[in-house]
Amino acid sequence: MFARRSSPPPARSSSDPLQPVGTGVELHRVAKRFGQTDAVAGADLTVPAHSRLGIVGPSGCGKSTLLSMICGLTDPDAGTIDVLGAADAPGRLARCAWMPQRDLLLPWRGVLANARIPLENQGLSRREASRRVQPLLDRFGLAEFADHRPAQLSGGMRQRVSFLRTVAAGKPVLLLDEPFGALDSITRADLQDWLRAMLADEPRTVVLVTHDVEEALLLCDRVVVMSARPGRVVASVDVPPYAGTGAAARRARLADPDFVALRDTVLAHLEAAR
Amino acid sequence: MTATRLWPSVLVGAVLLGAWEFVTRVLHVEEYILPAPDQVATTLVDRWGSTLRSATWVTLTEIVLGFAISVAAGLALGCALHFSAAARRALYPLLIGSQTIPIVVIAPILAIIFGYSITPKLILVALICFFPVVIGTLDGLASVDPELVRMMRTLHGRRVAIFTRVEFPAALPSVFTGLRLAAAYAATGAVFGEYSGASDGLGHVMRQGVPQLQSALVFAAIVLLTAMSVVLFALVNGAERLLVPWHRNPTREGNTR
Repeated sequence: MFARRSSPPPARSSSDPLQPVGTGVELHRVAKRFGQTDAVAGADLTVPAHSRLGIVGPSGCGKSTLLSMICGLTDPDAGTIDVLGAADAPGRLARCAWMPQRDLLLPWRGVLANARIPLENQGLSRREASRRVQPLLDRFGLAEFADHRPAQLSGGMRQRVSFLRTVAAGKPVLLLDEPFGALDSITRADLQDWLRAMLADEPRTVVLVTHDVEEALLLCDRVVVMSARPGRVVASVDVPPYAGTGAAARRARLADPDFVALRDTVLAHLEAAR
Repeated sequence: MTATRLWPSVLVGAVLLGAWEFVTRVLHVEEYILPAPDQVATTLVDRWGSTLRSATWVTLTEIVLGFAISVAAGLALGCALHFSAAARRALYPLLIGSQTIPIVVIAPILAIIFGYSITPKLILVALICFFPVVIGTLDGLASVDPELVRMMRTLHGRRVAIFTRVEFPAALPSVFTGLRLAAAYAATGAVFGEYSGASDGLGHVMRQGVPQLQSALVFAAIVLLTAMSVVLFALVNGAERLLVPWHRNPTREGNTR
């Protein structure tokens, strides 16, 4: 992924498991139970490679469970999950990066040392891992904070470090579980803009779980609504793309009557799904 | 631990010493019943060359070696129990059981088996110290945020990487709580061992001194033991400050600002 930034994408080869091959993520009749409760019951989803799917739904509808099943941290009780051709949990784990609402930074490591963890885990020396992560720090606006510990950073910066670490893992599928949920609205808007720009620069298959309908509509090209427990997909809307970045473009988008209508549609589905 | 943080405890100590000196002088307490602090100090100096230096050295060796053994064994056992649920089920009750054996009873038995050598003292120190280290390690490892572990699994983390990069560092504050307890108990173990049979050491000096009514000498030995414990405790705190700078340790914080 580091090479892909400056050079054109390498030719897809079927031998490279991390290269997208048409379908990104596909869920078929996926179900999960915890004791007596059905967390997810018969979820069907298709996320084409390099597209961005938003999932909204009431609290406790199994959105997070769905993400941990996709990335192979847990297995579904029934149904199949296919991530870029891998159906087994270790294969899915190799292809998916997961970013939860909490930044989960290691308090004893500085920004750079936190960000290079995925590379150290792959067997690179600290020095080599630092060298490869350094350009990302610049790009994420964190270069001057390389040695700061997480406790010295603001919530927005910590979340950016966490995101940087997720990106450094070099996985083709990003699973974002309310990534900006804990931030104030201005920081959240900044990071949404920044994430949009980053994904436009370097497309990945994204599944975004959020409470925030606007966030889903701003960042994704399709948004599905899940019902209350047991979670099931009840509605799906396609979101036309919009151009431009920054606060002005974002305000224009939010005021666009088509966007407002789309938001009302999703909110209506959400209310019906409760 | 800066000087400004230390002075309240120094002040309290000085006041207690002054009161002790005052009471023994005003009430004319006999030296063999309760020696005054200045008599203890004089004895400490007078008997240093003849008795106390070699005794201190012997006891110090027992404390340091016993502590090192218990830290190594405690860390190893704590980590092993963390990795194996079966081992945890098998050994945890035995571990608790080992702490119910009264040290006073086991000390003479060890003296019978191993004689006047250093071995029974090391066993006693290790037996006392290793329990808080194991429990501290085990609790620290068990209370690591499971989300951190899940996160590491999605970042190419394998079992060993997760342990060395996340679980063990995260457990260190709890490990050091165990180490501080162990440091405080180590001297007790060594003295029990020496009381039950030894040819030298501060415990031996005390056992000889009490029946001979050499109370000042006994107190001098206590002062040396206390000093060793305080130094060991301070070393553990220093190591913690080096290794776990990101964590706030309650014993070295006067206040939170």
